Amino acid sequence: MSIKIALAGNPNCGKTTLFNALTGSNQFVGNWPGVTVEKKEGKLKGHSDVTIMDLPGIYSLSPYTLEEVVARNYLVGERPDAILNIVDGTNIERNLYLSTQLMELGIPVIMAVNMMDILEKNGDKIHLDKLSEKLGCPVVAISALKGTGIKEAADKAVDLAKKAATVTIAHSFADSVEAVISAVEAKIGSDVADEQKRFFAIKLIEKDDKIKDMMKSVPDVSAEVQKLEDEFDDDTESIITNERYQYISSIIHDCCTKSKKSEGGSVSDKIDKVVTNRWAALPIFAAVMFLVYYISVTTVGSWATDWANDGVFGDGWHLFGIGTSAYNDAADEYAPYDAEIKGFLEAAEEKAPDVTKEFTEVYDDEDAQEADVDAAIKAFTSNSAIKSLTTEVNIAGEDEDEELVNVNVATFETALEQEEPDPADYGVWVPGIPVLIGNGLDAIGCADWLSGLILDGIVAGVGAVLGFVPQMLVLFIFLAFLESCGYMARVAFIMDRIFRKFGLSGKSFIPMLIGSGCGVPGVMASRTIENDRDRKMTIMTTTFIPCGAKLPIIALIAGAFFDNAGWVAWSAYFVGIAAIICSGIILKKTKMFAGEPAPFVMELPAYHMPTVENVLRSMWERGWSFIKKAGTIILLSTIVLWFLMNFGWADGSFGMLEAEQLDSSILAAIGSVIAPIFAPLGWGNWKMAVAAITGLIAKENVVATFGILFGFAEVAEDGAEIWGQLGASIVPIAAYGFLVFNLLCAPCFAAMGAIKREMNNTKWFWFAIGYQTVLAYIVAFCIYQIGSVFTGNIHVVGLIIALLFVAGFIYLLVRPYKESDTLKVDMKKKAFAK
Amino acid sequence: MKTLKETACGQTVKVKRLHGEGPVKRRIMDMGITKGVDVYVRKVAPLGDPVEVTVRGYELSLRKADAEMIEVEA
Repeated sequence: MSIKIALAGNPNCGKTTLFNALTGSNQFVGNWPGVTVEKKEGKLKGHSDVTIMDLPGIYSLSPYTLEEVVARNYLVGERPDAILNIVDGTNIERNLYLSTQLMELGIPVIMAVNMMDILEKNGDKIHLDKLSEKLGCPVVAISALKGTGIKEAADKAVDLAKKAATVTIAHSFADSVEAVISAVEAKIGSDVADEQKRFFAIKLIEKDDKIKDMMKSVPDVSAEVQKLEDEFDDDTESIITNERYQYISSIIHDCCTKSKKSEGGSVSDKIDKVVTNRWAALPIFAAVMFLVYYISVTTVGSWATDWANDGVFGDGWHLFGIGTSAYNDAADEYAPYDAEIKGFLEAAEEKAPDVTKEFTEVYDDEDAQEADVDAAIKAFTSNSAIKSLTTEVNIAGEDEDEELVNVNVATFETALEQEEPDPADYGVWVPGIPVLIGNGLDAIGCADWLSGLILDGIVAGVGAVLGFVPQMLVLFIFLAFLESCGYMARVAFIMDRIFRKFGLSGKSFIPMLIGSGCGVPGVMASRTIENDRDRKMTIMTTTFIPCGAKLPIIALIAGAFFDNAGWVAWSAYFVGIAAIICSGIILKKTKMFAGEPAPFVMELPAYHMPTVENVLRSMWERGWSFIKKAGTIILLSTIVLWFLMNFGWADGSFGMLEAEQLDSSILAAIGSVIAPIFAPLGWGNWKMAVAAITGLIAKENVVATFGILFGFAEVAEDGAEIWGQLGASIVPIAAYGFLVFNLLCAPCFAAMGAIKREMNNTKWFWFAIGYQTVLAYIVAFCIYQIGSVFTGNIHVVGLIIALLFVAGFIYLLVRPYKESDTLKVDMKKKAFAK
Repeated sequence: MKTLKETACGQTVKVKRLHGEGPVKRRIMDMGITKGVDVYVRKVAPLGDPVEVTVRGYELSLRKADAEMIEVEA
């Protein structure tokens, strides 16, 4: 016989720790159907027939939060065989409030009182036998952290479930309330099991708006409700809540003895006095955030990402960094020679293009025989035109100095003789995965298109997924630590005032901060926000903050159009923050979001040191869920885009293209088709459209794509080579619009994968991507159309539409709205009756 | 009518009645702020809102706008 035991309890009571201790690694993490609430199941250690269901942490079984609705639908609809109710002993009054509700469900309950050790250290005591007697259920003491008492608790739960004992409810309310409950119970039809009748009766009396969906026939109880409300001069919801707490207060003095000394003296109180102190709180907050950012984005995080992207999924890396500095020194030494060679060849190409081309064809060919290369060098240098050539080359020296050097044939030849250092010759060189696979494919004589697909499509796609993981894991360690030590709740406490104004949570600060480094971990960091609406809103807006990969685009536009003005970068951040604030205000008033009430009544849990195991487990769970859930979409889209970029019609037939032939690719064809869409933004030429699309792989690709489209195989990070050509192709105001569009529109595939993972719902995913892209379009449109007025280049129709957009935008910002009172959930309705 | 919002830091007050209705009120009550309970106002957040109170032996934070729904007496 298989047994199902539900694990229920308040947030921060050690439920996750207990669940991990009970099930070990035997866990299955999923989602409750139709909602973003995480669902965790596991097999009890040593009992393959016992399933433990970890319900979300809740304070009550009210109909107002998603977690509570999910939990009670499970408990009422699925009827587990027993409930293991974990209770925080240091906070017993409020924890028992949920217990009194769980006991009314007609399911055997066993109570596990956690943190007894801390309690005893404070000199307090809970008399378990008395508690058990009063509540009418077995009570055991455990320490989830130390693992004591857990086995007993689990065994008792299994026994209880096997016995399938009938449940008697020991606690009771005031007589007049009990009388009304009995009267309502009598009215409930036989479609509700007898042991569940008290639960349904109380919910009916509370006027719970979701209970009716769970019943086949709903009796009319308005007379009973009226009677109670008149008698108590209060609403029934308050009456029942009061009764519960009154009952708890009445038993708590018998069950607990509190020592006098514990008043206001605990370690946690002392920490909190400093950490959320009126004056010290903000500096401490800034310091903590700086530390998180510095380690997970600037230093360790960027090393990890560089290692994963440029090392493992790039050319290769030095094992333990051995040899890196020696190689760098050698590379620095070689750099001037390289500059001399390049500069000389450039000048030679101008003077004698044919001769130079003959030479470079052999010289650049990696497979050329040494003798052929020597011959080519000889032929080239002995050419009369080349012999007489002298050119000036800029050589970057130390401290950004530049030095002009005269280069002639002799210096050119000396430079050629220098060996270019190979990183593989220094230290222990581990070649990157693409290199290894590429060599393997060459060895078996693989067709070009297939090795292209494997290397640039699949391996690059996998690299895009895994490349972010190391950095993400670093960040997740911090998040797990901040969450489980109790500081995350204080972050919300400190930042709430600012963020709630635009429909976000104080905890949204962390995703946004991390998002300024990279949007992928930024979006993943939104997991710490409990409230569904706040979390979705944060997911949708985090990528508006310019991330590291968008900086090259900013540098490109600033350099090509605005003489490197500092305000361009500055304004990019301003646009990002403004987009977040406006989106928050507008979205919270939309139908999509208005359906979810978001009260901010939050527990500030006591500080405590998390265990290493729990931190690592949380880190791993999140990292793995990114790989699993975000991986597919990232991989597929990378492959599709690779195909579009590398295939096309060239030289009269369809086939695979060289990198320089991007202008004949399918993507270029698509670019020309969709370019007119961007004409109202002032950059309706296909090159801009194609660059915006390749930006979806990674935003910095925009610059590289321009490089290829303007005829450069490779450009610097800020695209300095193409500033001139780009500057000539569109007007500055349109270029600024292009920049804004790229900042705000759908992020790169990796970030989209993260959004999909965190939304965990296709509809919401497309809504997020759609919203971002439409917003980007409209903002870029308004910038161009309205900006053109100042450059004296007015398009009347466009201007009118832009002004209408602005007016509509302002209306959406300021229109009145009312917070909803009910929670809308579209979970599949199940047959709840017996 | 004195509410929790007007209560100064460091004061302990008794809850007299809860006004309003709907999710926020239910949530406040679920968290243990019910008629007759003692609430100690611990501190105000650095930016002036929300406030932190001690109720039933634990720390709870709530916004001033919501604290206004809670009628108290000294």
